[in-house]
Amino acid sequence: MSAPLHLRKAVEIAAEVREGKLLARDVAEHFLDRLRRYNPQIFAFVEIHESDLRAQADAVDAARRAGATLGRLAGVPVGVKDVLCVRGMETTCGSKILRGYRPPYDATAVERLRAAGALLVPRANMDEFAMGSSTEHSSFGPTRNPWDTARVPGGSSGGSAAAVAARLTPVSLGTDTGGSIRQPAALCGITGLKPTYGRVSRYGLIAFASSLDQIGPFATCLEDAATVTEVIAGNDPRDGTTVAAAAPNLTDALRQGVKGLRIGVPREWTDDPSEWYLTTYPKELQRIYQLVRSPGYLQRQPSRLERLQIEDQIRQANGGEIIDGIPNEIYASMRTQTLDVAIEQARSQGRFFMDVDTRDAITEALAQLEKLGAELVSIDLPNAPLAIPTYYLVATAEASSNLARFDGVRFGFRAEGRNLEEMYGRTRDQGFGEEVKRRILLGTFVLSAGYSDAYYKKALQVRTLLKQDFERAFEKCDVIAGPASPFPAFEIGSKMDDPLAMYLCDLFTAAINLVGLPGISIPCGFAQGPKGPLPLGLQLVAPALREDSIFAAAGAFERATQWHQQVPKAFAS
Amino acid sequence: MEFRPTIGLETHVQLATATKLFCGCANRFGDAPNTLVCPVCTGQPGVLPVLNRQALELGIRAALALDAELAPFTKFDRKHYFYPDLPKGFQISQFDLPFAHGGGIRLDDGTFVRLRRIHLEEDAGKGIHDRGDSTLVDLNRAGVPLLEIVTEPDVHSSEQAYDYLTKLKERLRFAGISECDMEKGSLRCDVNVSIHPVGQDGFGTRCEIKNLNSFAMVRRALEYEIARQTQLLESGGRVVQETRTWRDAEGRTETMRSKEEAQDYRYFPEPDLPPLTIDAQLIAAIRTQLPESADTRRARYQAMGLNSEELQTLTLDRASGDWFESLAKACGEAKAAAVWTCGEVNRLRNERNCSFSDLPITPAQVASVIALAKSGRASVSAARQVFNALVASPSKTADSLLNELGLEQVSDTGAIEAAVAEVLAANEKAVAEYRAGKEKAAGSLMGQVMKKMGGRANPAIVQEALKRLLAGG
Repeated sequence: MSAPLHLRKAVEIAAEVREGKLLARDVAEHFLDRLRRYNPQIFAFVEIHESDLRAQADAVDAARRAGATLGRLAGVPVGVKDVLCVRGMETTCGSKILRGYRPPYDATAVERLRAAGALLVPRANMDEFAMGSSTEHSSFGPTRNPWDTARVPGGSSGGSAAAVAARLTPVSLGTDTGGSIRQPAALCGITGLKPTYGRVSRYGLIAFASSLDQIGPFATCLEDAATVTEVIAGNDPRDGTTVAAAAPNLTDALRQGVKGLRIGVPREWTDDPSEWYLTTYPKELQRIYQLVRSPGYLQRQPSRLERLQIEDQIRQANGGEIIDGIPNEIYASMRTQTLDVAIEQARSQGRFFMDVDTRDAITEALAQLEKLGAELVSIDLPNAPLAIPTYYLVATAEASSNLARFDGVRFGFRAEGRNLEEMYGRTRDQGFGEEVKRRILLGTFVLSAGYSDAYYKKALQVRTLLKQDFERAFEKCDVIAGPASPFPAFEIGSKMDDPLAMYLCDLFTAAINLVGLPGISIPCGFAQGPKGPLPLGLQLVAPALREDSIFAAAGAFERATQWHQQVPKAFAS
Repeated sequence: MEFRPTIGLETHVQLATATKLFCGCANRFGDAPNTLVCPVCTGQPGVLPVLNRQALELGIRAALALDAELAPFTKFDRKHYFYPDLPKGFQISQFDLPFAHGGGIRLDDGTFVRLRRIHLEEDAGKGIHDRGDSTLVDLNRAGVPLLEIVTEPDVHSSEQAYDYLTKLKERLRFAGISECDMEKGSLRCDVNVSIHPVGQDGFGTRCEIKNLNSFAMVRRALEYEIARQTQLLESGGRVVQETRTWRDAEGRTETMRSKEEAQDYRYFPEPDLPPLTIDAQLIAAIRTQLPESADTRRARYQAMGLNSEELQTLTLDRASGDWFESLAKACGEAKAAAVWTCGEVNRLRNERNCSFSDLPITPAQVASVIALAKSGRASVSAARQVFNALVASPSKTADSLLNELGLEQVSDTGAIEAAVAEVLAANEKAVAEYRAGKEKAAGSLMGQVMKKMGGRANPAIVQEALKRLLAGG
């Protein structure tokens, strides 16, 4: 007797549906049953459309009976992050401001999944507008990690990751702007791929940071991840930033093996980078945080005195004029700590930066790859430590622009006001959550006249330096390996009062988005948590459009290990 | 103290593309509100812009028509501000790398107005404020491609500004880039003006003027503003940098917003549109297709022997000249073609209130009418009647209509001479007067001959016969 459906590969399920050995409807019912039983425990999905899922399944079965050739994901339920537009289905980015919004169109990735016969399971929970690393910033409430429900699944695609980890859907789609696929994949013990920027069309992906966002799959094995990627990838005339190259053949690459492959290990990712952060973290970024730190964050109007103090600080820090408009945005600003305080706290908690279990697991994984025939080379990414500050300048700048359309005029939530300005202000104040407002304010600030040279343009320059770092590194190696997350899943609530500590979750992932490269996280071991094992992830990065190299290395590792077959006990049966 | 004004003009022109700048919606004026919209131009979450190649090509054509230089590398930027008619909360425009710069326009007085930059951007929607308490928004216009054309400070009078706009419009219309119709909003213009003492370097503090809905308004507003600034400075005051709005009914400008209220647009490169390299091949291809300019056409027509009135009518827009040229080709005679195009054809066009391309009669048909007159079979007035009959029954031929109307002209010299002889015999007094040197008498004799022949006699032959018989005694 074969294993229950939820413990089988998506490609196996699809093959049986195509051959008529299995009804898509039966697949749907199996997973609907699991969704009903388990979703309330982890809240991977904010809502489940049972009848819609059945209708999709029936349509697939009807097509097969009518003699149609079914696609590569026939009858496979695919979780869809609440950031991807599904025609006629509420899509909200985890935000109150989009409550009730039903897109009039399908995202390209969604359209391609449909065409491949997949059953869409929308509304996987997420950090609001994909801003966060824990899925706690969802206006619907947090998603829980199936390995320990007191802990976060990572984020921002935490719902999609938790759903696959708990086997509520065989595969799912997430999006990755600074690590939002790879970090939750690591924390949930599954496989998560961020393809090369431009591989998968962003049409219908509600933008957070346009030059960084990319859609990718979560899966329990590489073969499923490869198949979903092959289905959704490829040029799209509706997205001018998609690459012309044909979708990659990753399924074949999986079997290539790792012999002779050169795997680069960045010193900056394996040495403890905390010293660097304490001493040379760009002063400008620290200065922004200090400037905007105000106890009355978004609660009340600043007093005249506060206003003068802040203006004075800006003058001292910049030695220049106050540009009108800026101070107002700073007042309603950030309740946050300075970076050195954040670092000290993290240290005292013994979780700074890369924890011991993570470091050991990565070391072992590298040894395993070497044993399998790969050649390990030490490489330098001298500007990698600048990735986090650079990322938070670029991403927030773009976010402040992308989120301007949520103004209460045409769709979603609106708070009435006595005039236009008040309507705008109230709508955006009540519609967006704290983290989103924090980033809009920071992004607005870094693009402002008089500041954009010091912050935004500087960040673009660093981005160029990072690109050069990776280009040089890839002269010496084919794939770069390191951790996907500095630490395993943390407890819900433990970082919510400390935005900077939360930002450091992207320590090893953000650089990859800044340079547009493909990166994957695959399971590589466990840390021992108080309530049981906590998964750890190995990140593999390749040059642009060389996902095949990633899959060659990852495929060899997956065949030699059992990490990916581990299922959280409470969700196994 | 004498002051010299300096004026800068910023003109927005809607490109006559089939579709909008970043989506496939039709670019059309006058449709029911919010019917030419899609997820992209209404700024739905998740959508992405895709550049309309035709807009870029028309932009390049405009740059070539204005003798501007094309940038080899250009990109789009986002310009941010909140307004209900701006769906995305930002406008996709061009900031530091416009696709063209330089070039310019020579005015009648010889002044060359240089262009600082030409860039592409998307139009916003339109707020409708006259429906009770609420403001409605029509997004049909949102995303329509606009060209922004900015001058260097080379204009120094309201007359020059007027001349610049007139010539700019002519160039763009001739190149097929835009209708340039201010009433439909396909051409809009803001100006800025400052004054400074003659003989001194530098510029004074400038004011920008908005809400200018015709070239005449631009002229009036500039005249007012120059006078206002002069008076201010002469009375010891100073000009404040600000944006002012023109109140045409009251004939004055007033403060709209001060410099302190100026917006910070927070420009940054549009990440959804890859930067563009405009290759030389594309430019060359567009250059070869560039339609003839009005100036070139005027010179050519002048060489054909057309008078200044005809030149003016035939270069009002491209269609009139095109019509004239097809007619000239069909009838083989430029002057006659010009007379007819500017006369009957243009009259008909005015009557119908249509453009030359929508006339109910073709150049070939008019050529056949002209041929009747040329061959002497129809008098000028008969030809006009045939023309009108042809408009009414376009399926018939000029020939058959001439017969039907019984308008064929008599050119039979014998018949005409007989009639002339009869008239002379019956009017001895007039003949005597003529022979005594009162040449005017011939007029009434001519009239009588024409009357006698039912108006159908060929007047040239009548005149000749009359002269000969009068002289011959």
